[in-house]
Amino acid sequence: MDIDALWLTLRLAALTTVILIALAIPIAAWLAFHRRFYTPVLEAIVALPLVLPPTVLGYYLLVALGSQSPLGQWWTSTFGSPLAFSFNGLLIASVISSLPFAVHPLLTAFTSVPTKLLQASTTLGAGWPRTIVKVALPLSRSGLATSAVLAFAHTVGEFGVILMVGGNIPGQTRTLSIDVYDSVQAFDYSSAASTSAFLLVFSLLVLTTTYTLNYRSSVPRQLASSYPQPVTVIQ
Amino acid sequence: MPFIAALIAALALSACSADAASQDRVVRAAVASDLRFAFPEIIELVQEEHPDIDVRVTYGSSGQFMTQILNGAPFDLYLSADQAYPATVVDEGLASEGQLFRYARGRLVVWDPQGTLATPTIDDARNANTIAVANPRHAPYGRAAMEALISSGLLSVLEDRLVFGENVSQTAEFAQSGAADIALIALSLVISGPLANTGTWTEIPQDLFEPLDQGGVVLDEAQDFTAAQSVRDVLLSPRGQEILARYGFED
Repeated sequence: MDIDALWLTLRLAALTTVILIALAIPIAAWLAFHRRFYTPVLEAIVALPLVLPPTVLGYYLLVALGSQSPLGQWWTSTFGSPLAFSFNGLLIASVISSLPFAVHPLLTAFTSVPTKLLQASTTLGAGWPRTIVKVALPLSRSGLATSAVLAFAHTVGEFGVILMVGGNIPGQTRTLSIDVYDSVQAFDYSSAASTSAFLLVFSLLVLTTTYTLNYRSSVPRQLASSYPQPVTVIQ
Repeated sequence: MPFIAALIAALALSACSADAASQDRVVRAAVASDLRFAFPEIIELVQEEHPDIDVRVTYGSSGQFMTQILNGAPFDLYLSADQAYPATVVDEGLASEGQLFRYARGRLVVWDPQGTLATPTIDDARNANTIAVANPRHAPYGRAAMEALISSGLLSVLEDRLVFGENVSQTAEFAQSGAADIALIALSLVISGPLANTGTWTEIPQDLFEPLDQGGVVLDEAQDFTAAQSVRDVLLSPRGQEILARYGFED
């Protein structure tokens, strides 16, 4: 197995997860606690990467990040290197394509937090940010963990978008999934086999962890006992 | 959240070790996939002559590389399977004309991976259910294969039975895996390397298609311009050309 590719994949997945968790908490809270007539549209936008073909996402990202786009030009003139076909470009692509995997479990967890508790918190004078951090998040711990695990795992497994935006450059944009594709094309079936086996075991472990977390959270516990949380896995 | 803590620890680690390995002079090469088996030997030669140069290769179709380079992909050296794509890169102002070079002429073969035909010819494609060619929209070998099919008057008969590989080595993989019965691919992929003793092949006469003169260019934005030029010089040196000849390339 290609160690460079493994390291790159882990770095990409870790950074994507940290960024996504930071984004997912406010997004999920807004979708859960600030429901308006337009909320379904926002939910649909967040869920888009689930149904859009990776090529469509890849195409838009390439156009948005490429050296001909305003963003691409601004990035190149500011940081001296282009955004497309770079690690940072991949990071942007992964954050967008894994967004629903981070938002959905958290959203489900937030919506099953007892409304009375949230009302109690706001009535006692805590603002929404404080209520979310002190009340909603602690009651959504397993949802948060599921979000993190799925965001990480989906980034590790991402292929189409990465191939289109990354360009398979060793040490920079060749992740494990791309490495398997490249090994097969090079007739290096032994390398493809070991990397594939690794990814298979990894994915199985991740899903087992996710289901374990979900099972634990559905076991009745103190206040939340009368409000069982639905089991959610988006795949 | 131990998971998050572990992630942050991993990131802290990655920050220190990411650049540790890059003390060598790095040359990022975009290489046409007909060189998939020959180029590793060129890299060995580079390592022998310039131990400080670290060549990092991406193999793919020449046309896709051109698109990527025009969109700002960070490559230093571009080896295409034709001469038109590198010339376009020059026209677009990403390399200077003086940096263009020609390094070989490629040859096209009909490959029967099962070896049922002793000398497969392009006419044998008539009896095949599936024929693999590289995508002519961005792979020069695919373009040559389509021209050969047109010149032999076979395209109209076979059109529905063609499958297109992303590049010439994926095209070979289609046939090798049994998904296609025969493939029109580069001689360099079947004459030596992992596929050398698989199946049978015959060369397609070169007058059936535009010659596959292969060219390359060192890009203006190369991170280490002289290192990229050194790799090119090794490729063009007598020893480099000898390797290419062993893989079936002509001068």
